[in-house]
Amino acid sequence: MIDKLRLIIKREYLAKVRNKSFIVMTILSPILIVGMIVLIAFLTDINDNEKRVISVLNQSDFFQNEFTATKNTSYVQFQDLSLDEAKDSTIALGYYGLIHVPSSENLEKTASRAYLFTQDNPNTNVIGSLENIFQRKLRQKRLEGLGVSSKEFSSIEKPFALNLASFDGEKSVKGINEIKAFIGGVFGYAIMMFIIIYGGFVMRSVIEEKTSRIIEVIIASVKPFQLMLGKIIGTSLAGITQFAIWIVSASLLLFISMLVFKIDLSALSNEANLATPGLQGMPQLDSEMMLYAKEIIDIPWTLLIGSFLVYFILGYLIYSSIYAAIGAAVDNETDTQQFIFPIILPLMLAIYVGFFSVFSNPHGPIAVGFSLFPLTSPIVMLMRLPGGIGEGGVPLWQLLLSITFLIITFLGIVSLAAKIYRIGILMYGKRPTYKELFKWLRY
Amino acid sequence: MDDILVAKNVSKAYGDYTALNNISLKIPKNCIYGLLGPNGAGKTSFIRIINQIIYQDAGEVIFDGQPLAPEHIAHIGYLPEERGLYKSMKVGEQALYLAQLKGLSKAEAKKRLEYWFDRLQIGDWWNKKIQELSKGMAQKIQFIVTVLHEPKLLIFDEPFSGFDPINANIIKDEILQLKEKGTSIIFSTHRMESVEELCEYIALIHKSEKILDGRLSEIKKAYKNNIFNVGLEIQQDGAGFLKTLEDKFNILSSDFDANENQLDFTMQLSSNKTSDIIAELSKNANINRFEETIPSANDIFIQTVNQKDNDR
Repeated sequence: MIDKLRLIIKREYLAKVRNKSFIVMTILSPILIVGMIVLIAFLTDINDNEKRVISVLNQSDFFQNEFTATKNTSYVQFQDLSLDEAKDSTIALGYYGLIHVPSSENLEKTASRAYLFTQDNPNTNVIGSLENIFQRKLRQKRLEGLGVSSKEFSSIEKPFALNLASFDGEKSVKGINEIKAFIGGVFGYAIMMFIIIYGGFVMRSVIEEKTSRIIEVIIASVKPFQLMLGKIIGTSLAGITQFAIWIVSASLLLFISMLVFKIDLSALSNEANLATPGLQGMPQLDSEMMLYAKEIIDIPWTLLIGSFLVYFILGYLIYSSIYAAIGAAVDNETDTQQFIFPIILPLMLAIYVGFFSVFSNPHGPIAVGFSLFPLTSPIVMLMRLPGGIGEGGVPLWQLLLSITFLIITFLGIVSLAAKIYRIGILMYGKRPTYKELFKWLRY
Repeated sequence: MDDILVAKNVSKAYGDYTALNNISLKIPKNCIYGLLGPNGAGKTSFIRIINQIIYQDAGEVIFDGQPLAPEHIAHIGYLPEERGLYKSMKVGEQALYLAQLKGLSKAEAKKRLEYWFDRLQIGDWWNKKIQELSKGMAQKIQFIVTVLHEPKLLIFDEPFSGFDPINANIIKDEILQLKEKGTSIIFSTHRMESVEELCEYIALIHKSEKILDGRLSEIKKAYKNNIFNVGLEIQQDGAGFLKTLEDKFNILSSDFDANENQLDFTMQLSSNKTSDIIAELSKNANINRFEETIPSANDIFIQTVNQKDNDR
């Protein structure tokens, strides 16, 4: 019996890895992904390096050296020109724009009459930084009116960061929950992708056996359940092979291209940080950096990876046996759509709910509910787990309950799927309805 | 222990639909047993039960003296009606895989495959993919894979569909040879010509029930109804002679060819005593044909099925 299972696994594995499109995907995907990263990094780099020059016509007494060059913007002072001359010169010199600060009796009036002239609609960053300059000046002026000296003003401006600590006195840092959920999310996302890609492979492989009519020859020699199991295992081994090749070759490629193109990936991650509000205010100080590093090292990696394996194996087996049952129920791939949607739905839900609710509150009712529900728990629980188990993390009973639910579901779904599979592989002709599938369960 | 397979009151239902209703059969060893019936009669369900692809709801199947069990799979070879092969797999690899699934070791499977590939002159196909072969070629490979593990019982479901006449003949000869070597063969079909040629025993399944079974020659004897087919060469007026015959016998049909002076007719007698009639006919004509019409399997099939339908 085991011998036959081994034979089937071997055949399924070889059939998969020898498949031309599989080989092409294996080779091409890392190249595409790394190419994409390099391209984005390259473009971001170009974007960042674009220098805008803005001419300043300052006719007031209030601004002297406030217009200082930043990374992307530099200022050129025009002196003793009329506004029209300044405009002409700005255009002639090909500058980005002209900021005109007219002369007035006080700063408030000056500011309210200042204008930015540009060729096209001005960039929001440019507007923002100019507005900042005015705002800062105005605030300083207003505070001075209230008796705050400019020296005192700069001390007011110092940023403030709240100290964070857990109840047992350990220092913690801002955004660490999000980072942890993100790390768990990567694992969860990997599970989802694996299920969707290789579950689909299992399904197509079943359909192929049906349409090529070899199925009856085979199940005269082995039990349908053995065939289904062998197919799922063989395909997943092929998938793991592909994933491994992807990870190794993509890392290598990325490393090489970083050396070749001298691309600084940290530029990319800075952008990403700004884009995610939760991750803002990243470490500026070395001591904070240490705290982050400590937090990440403190993530219970053994638990996380162990649970990943458990959730991965059970989750994949549940979903891929459903995929196998779908493949058995239909005659061709176009008929699978109506059955696939209900499978994808909990997976998508898990990812979205995970990213929204676990990020904001890893132990809120929604996060807990979805991490117990067996069709979403492989993804959602993994997002919660980097916070650890027990105090401050996932209560142990929740983890155990979640795994118990998953095992029960696994046994239930696999036996139902095997029944549908057993009947379906011998049925040709019209596409079955859900009602008919239900009837097959009683055969 | 003369029967390779005995089915006792086997029933199978799919939901509300009854596929097999209380079927009992005995399939003797070393013979070709025809399992006949219209499409949808339940033949395939019965065969799948033997192959343990599905299981009966009630009844018992005995294989070679023992209740049918998973280990018997290795002694059964099955060529399904819906058959195919992996399209993108090489012929040799595929045959090896299927043979190993039946329990042969790789080395043994390879040895036997080489023998069969040689025998059917397809040795150079080993490294071809199935999609490069024609349907008939693929069928040959399926046949080899079915018989390779030298099963005690071979089951062929519509084996000749898809074969051109030449290859069908090759396969038919191979089936007969296997029978000579002692294999028992079940042959499921709704095509009666092949039944006449091959089968010693038949069972007729109709609407999930067995309505007839036994030795084909005995069934035929039972279905004879004393109809004779006669050809006479006569010197006299054909129509007149026929008239005198019609007065004495039950003539079913007739045909007179005036140019050849040939009168052909069929008649039904009350018994199969023929000597008196032959004596009488030979007084007036030259008998060039006098034979009893033995019903073909096809006739029996249609007659029984119709009768059964009318009974309901």
